[in-house]
Amino acid sequence: MSQAVSMDRPHPGSNEQPAIQLEKVNKWYGALHVLRDITLTVGQKERVVVCGPSGSGKSTMIRCINRLESHQEGRIIVDGTELTDDLRALDTIRREVGMVFQSFNLFPHLTILENCTLAPIWVRKMPKAEAEELAMSYLTRVKIPEQAKKYPGQLSGGQQQRVAIARALCMKPKIMLFDEPTSALDPEMIKEVLDTMIGLAETGMTMVCVTHEMGFARQVADRVVFMDRGEIVESGPPNDLFENPQTDRLRLFLSQILRGH
Amino acid sequence: MASSETTTARLSEAAGEPVPSLAGIPAAPITRARPAITGAGPVAWARTNLFSGWVSTAVTLALIYVLGRWILGFLDWGILHAVWTVPDTAAGPDASACRDAKGTGACWAVIGEKYRFILFGRYPYDEQWRPAIVIALFIGLYIVSAMRRFWRPELLLVWVATLTAIGVLMWGGVLGMEFVPQDSWGGLPITLILSTFGLAFSFPLAVVVALGRRSTNLPAVKALCVVYVELIRGVPLITLLFMASVMFPLFMPPGLNPDKLLRAQVAVILFAGAYLAEVIRGGLQALPKGQYEAADALGLSYWEKTGFIILPQALRLVIPPLVNTFIGFFKDTSLVLIIGIFDLLTSGKVAITDPTWQGYSTEVYLVLAAIYFAFCFVMARYSRGLETEFSRTVRR
Repeated sequence: MSQAVSMDRPHPGSNEQPAIQLEKVNKWYGALHVLRDITLTVGQKERVVVCGPSGSGKSTMIRCINRLESHQEGRIIVDGTELTDDLRALDTIRREVGMVFQSFNLFPHLTILENCTLAPIWVRKMPKAEAEELAMSYLTRVKIPEQAKKYPGQLSGGQQQRVAIARALCMKPKIMLFDEPTSALDPEMIKEVLDTMIGLAETGMTMVCVTHEMGFARQVADRVVFMDRGEIVESGPPNDLFENPQTDRLRLFLSQILRGH
Repeated sequence: MASSETTTARLSEAAGEPVPSLAGIPAAPITRARPAITGAGPVAWARTNLFSGWVSTAVTLALIYVLGRWILGFLDWGILHAVWTVPDTAAGPDASACRDAKGTGACWAVIGEKYRFILFGRYPYDEQWRPAIVIALFIGLYIVSAMRRFWRPELLLVWVATLTAIGVLMWGGVLGMEFVPQDSWGGLPITLILSTFGLAFSFPLAVVVALGRRSTNLPAVKALCVVYVELIRGVPLITLLFMASVMFPLFMPPGLNPDKLLRAQVAVILFAGAYLAEVIRGGLQALPKGQYEAADALGLSYWEKTGFIILPQALRLVIPPLVNTFIGFFKDTSLVLIIGIFDLLTSGKVAITDPTWQGYSTEVYLVLAAIYFAFCFVMARYSRGLETEFSRTVRR
């Protein structure tokens, strides 16, 4: 099944070097086999949504892409650089890959603006004034420029997550990873975050997003990947996958998701 | 035509009305004024907290009696019947007034006579303006360091400059100041030197050790940090001081013998470092993993992550235990008396060995306690201020 993943549809820019390439990636937590022969290619400017029941390994997979977790077997190549123990390669990749977390992970002791400018100033060596200008432009894009001087604790969950998106964008990444960005939010705040992500998708950003928001997947994703028990079970364009699931596992998952919503 | 007009009219009428309630749920939440707080004021407070029943009333009265007796007794001894000064005679101060008051009144005259010895120890009498300036410099340094608006890299230079000036003043030998060997130093400057240098050096040491102990990819560094902490923590400070003063010189080549204060200072730094390292490690461990991950994901290097994200938050978390340890070490410096260093407590003890003033130790110890208390109390208050300030900016 997994071999079919990369060729089921010609994605945008498929003639170029792929943005992310996972080849037969395996990972264990002790004896627990959490990723099994994951093979996935994400093209430039492609938008992939990863879904699956909890414990299916989807978060682990996305966290392997910027090596918050390390894999034990297989190859992960991001933007032409292979992830190894070489720290310089890791620095290069982390500079090009932005990540948004379920629990926002803003730095609570820094203001919103400082949260956004810290990495550009120190990692990209950008002059402070330029970094602040850049940060303000992204904060404007996520529609909260007026909160720049506040601290994360003074913002709502939805606002914090939008700041987290702006913070990642300030590094001008080529790829954005989203690890269940709306799962920790109250229902009325989910939309503002999804709208921000839809806006980002429209700019042509390469995105890999772990989420259960099927509406978002339909609207934005070029491709949906369904994972279960550490392997990729099915993948394809959202409409094909949701309307015509090929496996019982996906059918079961979809019925549970629909019942839940 | 007419009927459609009526419908429109009815609709617009409905739109003008307040939104009708749905199945008993009011359209807007009902707000009520907060009920008046009953039983405010000191009398009501005392009634509910001190005299709520006959048991509580009895306990309150008994405690008031005991406390009142004790306070009145202290005022009687410490102020009413106290001897404040004694006449000077050719043979020295005449302490007979104090001897007459013994048992009924305090002899504060001993403080007036001995305060310079208590504060400055055996430092040459005519040169004691130098340690006096040193004390002022230390206090100035504390005040400047405590103000957040001075928290910038230049503060480090202020510290280096002040500590250098303190060394120059204490030793002398330059700028026309008489050289005073370390053996003659004593009193409050020694206590402040030991604790200030001690914490100034042990704190960075502790940060490095705490980080090293959590290191995952440098096992040798980690092992070294664990051994250091466990070894030093497993030994009483007195033992370390003895080793520094007695054993250490045995292993040194003849002629090379760093002075006693320096050796005690190193022992204090090592000891405080181990304790502070564990306090700081607690803060590092309390920080959510997401903070480390977010910093990693942004591509920050280890030192950028540690310096900008991890340490500022970890240290804020451990302000109370950190200050607790600081206060403990400020007082523990008095243990150097066992290796014959003249700190504040030692010079106080020596002051009352003077035959004229033997038997007035209570008064001297009260004053020493007051000095220690003043420093510790200020530290505690300051840390509480810091905590409130940080919690105001960081969390709602």
